[in-house]
Amino acid sequence: MLNSKRQGRLAAVAVMAVTALAITSCGSGEPAGSTASGGAAAEPVTITVHTFGGGENFGYDKAVEKWNAEHPNIQVKYQNLTDRFEDVYLPQLLQKLQAGSGAADIVGIDEGAMGLMKARSQFFADLSQYGLESRKADFPAAKWENGLNKDGKLFALGTDIGGMTMCYRTDLFEKAGLPTDREEVGKLWPDWNAFMETGKKFQAANKGKDDPKFIDGPNTLYNVLLSQEAPKNGNISYFDKSNQLVIGTNPAIKTAFDTVKSFSEAGLTAKLASFTPEWNAAIKKGGFATMGCPAWMLGVVSGAAGDENKGKWDVAAVPGGAGNWGGSYLAVPKQSKHPKEAAEVLNYLTGKEGHVLAFQEAAAFPSSIPAQQDPAVAELKNEFFNDAPTGQIFGASVKDLLPVFLGEKHAQVKTAAEKVLEGMDKGSIPYGEAWTKFVEAGTKAAG
Amino acid sequence: MSLKVDAPAPARRPGPHPPGPAKPARSGGGLARFDLRATPYFLVSPYFLLFTLFGVFPLGYTLWVSLHDWELGGDKTFLGLDNYIELIADEAFWNSVINTVGIFVMSTIPQLVLALMLANALNKRIRGRLFFRLGILLPLVTSVVAVAVVFTQLYARDYGMANWFLGLFGVDRIEWQNQSWTAWIAISTMIDWRWTGYNAIILLAAMQTIPKDLYEAASLDGASARRQFWQITVPMLRPTLIFVVFISTIGGLTLYAEPVMFEGNPTLAGGATGQYQTVAMFIVKEGFRDFDMGYASAAAWLLFALILIGTLINYSFTRRIGGNK
Repeated sequence: MLNSKRQGRLAAVAVMAVTALAITSCGSGEPAGSTASGGAAAEPVTITVHTFGGGENFGYDKAVEKWNAEHPNIQVKYQNLTDRFEDVYLPQLLQKLQAGSGAADIVGIDEGAMGLMKARSQFFADLSQYGLESRKADFPAAKWENGLNKDGKLFALGTDIGGMTMCYRTDLFEKAGLPTDREEVGKLWPDWNAFMETGKKFQAANKGKDDPKFIDGPNTLYNVLLSQEAPKNGNISYFDKSNQLVIGTNPAIKTAFDTVKSFSEAGLTAKLASFTPEWNAAIKKGGFATMGCPAWMLGVVSGAAGDENKGKWDVAAVPGGAGNWGGSYLAVPKQSKHPKEAAEVLNYLTGKEGHVLAFQEAAAFPSSIPAQQDPAVAELKNEFFNDAPTGQIFGASVKDLLPVFLGEKHAQVKTAAEKVLEGMDKGSIPYGEAWTKFVEAGTKAAG
Repeated sequence: MSLKVDAPAPARRPGPHPPGPAKPARSGGGLARFDLRATPYFLVSPYFLLFTLFGVFPLGYTLWVSLHDWELGGDKTFLGLDNYIELIADEAFWNSVINTVGIFVMSTIPQLVLALMLANALNKRIRGRLFFRLGILLPLVTSVVAVAVVFTQLYARDYGMANWFLGLFGVDRIEWQNQSWTAWIAISTMIDWRWTGYNAIILLAAMQTIPKDLYEAASLDGASARRQFWQITVPMLRPTLIFVVFISTIGGLTLYAEPVMFEGNPTLAGGATGQYQTVAMFIVKEGFRDFDMGYASAAAWLLFALILIGTLINYSFTRRIGGNK
C-alpha cells in the first residue's frame, strides 16, 4: 500500500523530475577552458556552438576546423545536440536560458521559434554592439528582419533559408503520361489551378485503390501556400505585428486553407501527415507523385527514399512563385562569458565563407546573398534529384522573398492548426466543420 | 552479596541476560545507546533523503508552480487556483482523461484475465515449464519504444500487417489512428503484449505458495479443476491480485510512451482531434510544447488525484474477490 502510494506520487511529479534532470544535465555544456577574466586577449578562449537537426545538420564541421586552425586564441567547440528541435532542443534551450547557465556561447534557433525568442529579448546579446549591424546588405530583407527582437535590436543572423520548389517522381509522371523534364513539368503548373488540373490528369491515370496519389498530404502543400500568401497580406501569418492572433481573419490563411481543402476534396492527396513513418514509407515506395520542397526538404526526401530511388525524384518550379518555409538562425545568449568573441565566430559562420562551407557539407541553401552568388552554391547540382541544378533553382526562388512576421506562439499555433488539416484530410473532421475547428484549435494554442 | 552486585543489570534489561554485554553499555554511556537507536535510521536514510530530494520537493514545487501563470523562460504571475478552474473546464483535458481511462480499461482487463489464465497453465506440470515461464517474461525485456515502433508499423494504413490481414477477409483498410476506439485497440495491444507476462509471473509466484493439500482435499471431495480454480486459487491470490491491479492502475493512468510513439511525429497531440492523447501526454504537451508550466503542473496534480481515485475504486473491487461463496 505504502509502496503503491509512493509510486503514484512519483508519477504525478514525473514532469518536474524530468525538468530537474534536464537542468542538472546542462552543466556538461559549460565551456571547458573558459575563465572569469574574459577580457585578457592573450588567454585562449573557448566558444561553444550548439545546434540541432538530423543528418549533417548545420554542417559546421569543416567551417569550425578551418576557424580553429586560423584562430589559436579563439577555439570553437561545435556540438549538435539532437536531431529534434521542437520537442527536445527548444525546451532545453529555454530552461538553460531561464536558469542563467548551460547555454552555449552561440545557439542555433529554428525559424519556427524565432517569434518566441524575439519576445524574450532579455536572454540575448545585442549583436549590433559588436558591429554586426553592418551585415544588413548581405541578407534578403525577410531573413534580416526576422533576426530583430521585439525591441528592434539585432540578436540573430541567418544560416540557411527555405526557398521553394516542387519535388516530383519522374517514373510516376511517365506512367501517368505526363512530361518528365523539369522545365516542361514546371510549365505544367504556372499557378495552383493548373496544378489542380495536372493532378486530376494524374489521378485519372491512377484510379486503383492502391495506386499512387498526386500529393503527399495537406502539410507540405499548406506550408508552401502560406509562405506565398502571407507576403501578399501584410507579411503576417497567424499573428499580426502587435502579436494578436489573426488566424480567423488573415485572408492568407483562409486562402491557403481553402486551397488545401479543395485538393483534399478532389481526392488528390495520399492523406499522409508529414514526418511520420508512413509518410517516409510512401516516399520510399512511391505512394505519391509530388510534394512541396523547401531547400532543406531535399535532404529529408533523399534520406527517406534511400539510394534505390536515386534519379527517380526531380525538382521543378513551384506553382505560384516565391516563398520561404524554414531556415535557421544563430544567436548569442546574454549569459555567454565571451560575447565579443562569440559574435566574431557568429559573424564568420553566417558570413560568405561559413555559409559556403556549411552548404557544401549539409546542402542547406545559404541565406546570405554573397554566398548564394558564389559559384560553389550557384552551380550546384543535386545528384539524387536527377542532377537538378538546385543552386540555380533555389537561388531564383529566394530572390524576391518578403519578410513574414512570426508571432511569439507561432510554432504552437502552427502545430495545432496543421493537426486539424491532417484530420480533415484523413476524414476524422468533416470538411464542413474543418475551418471552425481550425480557428478553434489555433486560438486555443495561442491562449 | 553477589546477587546485590548483579542486581542493576536485570533491572535495566529484563530477562536472563548474561552480565557480559551489559558492561560496555555502562562504560560507553549515551553514545552507545545513541548508536544502537540511530544506526537503523542512519542506514535507511539514503532512501528517505533521495525520496525527499526527488519525491517530496518536486511534489511541493509542482504545487507552487501550478498556482502561477508560469511560462518556461518567460513571465511568472501568481494566479491562485485559476489554472485548476480553467483545467476543469478544459475539454481537451477531459478528452485526455477519457482516453486514458478507455485505454486503461481496454488493456488492463484482458491483460489480467490472460495473465491469470497463463499463470494457472504454467502452474501445472507441463513439459519445458522453465522455458515457457522465461518465455512469457521476454516481452518485458524489450524496449517500450521498440515495441511501439513495431506495433505502429503493424497498424500502418498502407503497408501495415493488420490491414493486410483484414484485407484477406475483404475488410477495407482501417485508418487505425483516425478513431478513438481503433487507436485504443492498437495501443492496448502494445501494453498487453509487454505486460501480460510480467503479471503472469507475479501471479504464478503467488500460486505456488498455495498449499497443495487444499487442492488434494478438494479433489477428494470431488471438486472439478474449474471449481478448484475459482474457489481456491483466486481467493488465495487476493493480496497479489490487489498488488497487480494497483501497479496496472498506476501504469495505465500514467501511460505515455506507447501513444506518443504511435503518433509517428511526436507532437503529443494524440491524433488530429486528440483521439488517443493521454493525460501524461497532455501534461508534457502543455509544459514542453506550449511552455505553460503552470497549467501543466496543475494537470499533473489532477492526474495525481485521478490515480488516487482510480486506485481506491480498484481496491474496493479487488477486495471483494473471492470474499464470499
